[in-house]
Amino acid sequence: MTTPKTVTPLGRDEHWLTVTKPTAMTRFLRTFLLWQLVRFVVLNLKMLRIIAMGHHPKR
Amino acid sequence: MGSRVVVLGSGIAGHTAASFLRKWLGKEHQVIVVSPKSDYNWIPSNIWVGVGLLRADQVLFPLPPVYKRVGIDYRQAKAVAIHPEGAADEPSAFVDIEYTSADKAGQRERVAYDFLINATGPKLNFDATPGLGPDKFTVSVCTAEHAVQTAALLDEKVERMRKGERQKFLVGMGHGTCTCQGAAFEYIVNLEFELRHRGVREMADITYLSNEYELGDFGMGGLHLRQGGYVTPSKIFTESLFAERGIDWVTRAHVSKIEPGRVFIETLAGEEKELAFDMAMLLPPFRGAALSAFAKDGTDITARLFAPSGFMKVDADYAAKPYEQWRAADWPRTYQTEFKNVFAAGIAFAPPHPISVPRVSSKGTNITPAPPRTGMPSATIGKAVARSIVDMIHGAKEPTQTASMAEMGAACVASAGANPFTGTAASITVFPIVPDFEKYPEYGRDLNHTFGEIGLAGHWIKILLHHLFLHKARMRPLWSLIPE
Repeated sequence: MTTPKTVTPLGRDEHWLTVTKPTAMTRFLRTFLLWQLVRFVVLNLKMLRIIAMGHHPKR
Repeated sequence: MGSRVVVLGSGIAGHTAASFLRKWLGKEHQVIVVSPKSDYNWIPSNIWVGVGLLRADQVLFPLPPVYKRVGIDYRQAKAVAIHPEGAADEPSAFVDIEYTSADKAGQRERVAYDFLINATGPKLNFDATPGLGPDKFTVSVCTAEHAVQTAALLDEKVERMRKGERQKFLVGMGHGTCTCQGAAFEYIVNLEFELRHRGVREMADITYLSNEYELGDFGMGGLHLRQGGYVTPSKIFTESLFAERGIDWVTRAHVSKIEPGRVFIETLAGEEKELAFDMAMLLPPFRGAALSAFAKDGTDITARLFAPSGFMKVDADYAAKPYEQWRAADWPRTYQTEFKNVFAAGIAFAPPHPISVPRVSSKGTNITPAPPRTGMPSATIGKAVARSIVDMIHGAKEPTQTASMAEMGAACVASAGANPFTGTAASITVFPIVPDFEKYPEYGRDLNHTFGEIGLAGHWIKILLHHLFLHKARMRPLWSLIPE
């Protein structure tokens, strides 16, 4: 841990309370097939764009 | 008369370079691959072997039949010494190799070259930490063999948990200067997913142990992502992912010693602590392969060609300077060494300095992640070097291609649970890999191309990449159309 450990009343380390956690909707969308099909296409396009920026003729 | 190009190593960089050299060079030119292991290992999928989801033969295949089919000359041997000026009794440049195959083990040979690519990858430096490594007290997923051992130990631990015995899992970095945090990240989230799948998650305490200053550093100094109307540091992204899965973490740590069931750490604050474990998957730091170099008169010039870390010096700026003076331009572009016909590709080249902010503990211990040189940049560099060599064979005076890690991006898909319907993966793109604060003053990176998302689509991409890259490595039809 990067900060001194303190404990909450329920016994969990404090840093569990200081982090961002996804909402139920975010978690649902992560495995919702229709949405993920869309994301599959979008992610592939984003990655292809990065690949295209890979190496270059020497300038 | 044809040229002879020798490639040392058949990992991602070496194999990519050899494949494209063979494709682009006419048959009058010879391509020789020298590699001590005759199997190709698609290392990113070792994670799934390490949790028992894949067998070793699903991430390995024998290279000799592939090389025979396409006309690459293969020697199962390790390179021992480079003679870039030749020797008193040999006018042309050559490399000494020592066979590792069963039939010729220990035999030596001189292999002359016109061009040499050093793609020997990392030496897994388990010796850097007493007690670290699969033949001591921890396990690893660095090789398919290691991953198989890890999966077997995991099975044993699962059985114990089924009998009601609580188990502590420790996953991360086995030394203060380790790289490959991404692999440890993938392993720990896959481990957590698998323990849930096997119904024993409640019996497991899982902790990530890292030399990163903050979670999400990944040896790249972290990154920033646009998310939900904010520019969010990767620390938030990674902490969230761990907290959601009930994974604890210890950062800013150097592992000084490991004993059975106990890891001794020193933190940046100078504290010394002890962590208990039942199973520890801790990655080693990397060194360059044990290669020497000699001048024509026999003088040892190893220190001229190689950095103290054993990695090969290329066209980078190796002048020691403080962090504030680091520049994107310090990073190599062509990977040519001081010898115009010798190149280093992939993990084998010496980075000019880390990417993450260097930090030393109050006791003087260096706790700084080394820079990652993962699959995509390694393959891109291997391909660029191959193209430069082909062009030089055809008359170019200098390398024609550049592939600086400060000018290229990376796409990384980190599996976070392997199931075609309930699995997820973190898909991350980053541009450039090495931040360029002159070009992008605020965050060092182009936020239009730096992106992160968790979801099932990422897992599908991970599966797709596994099959596509193995198809490409096997040099099956249309292999060269598959991008790096």
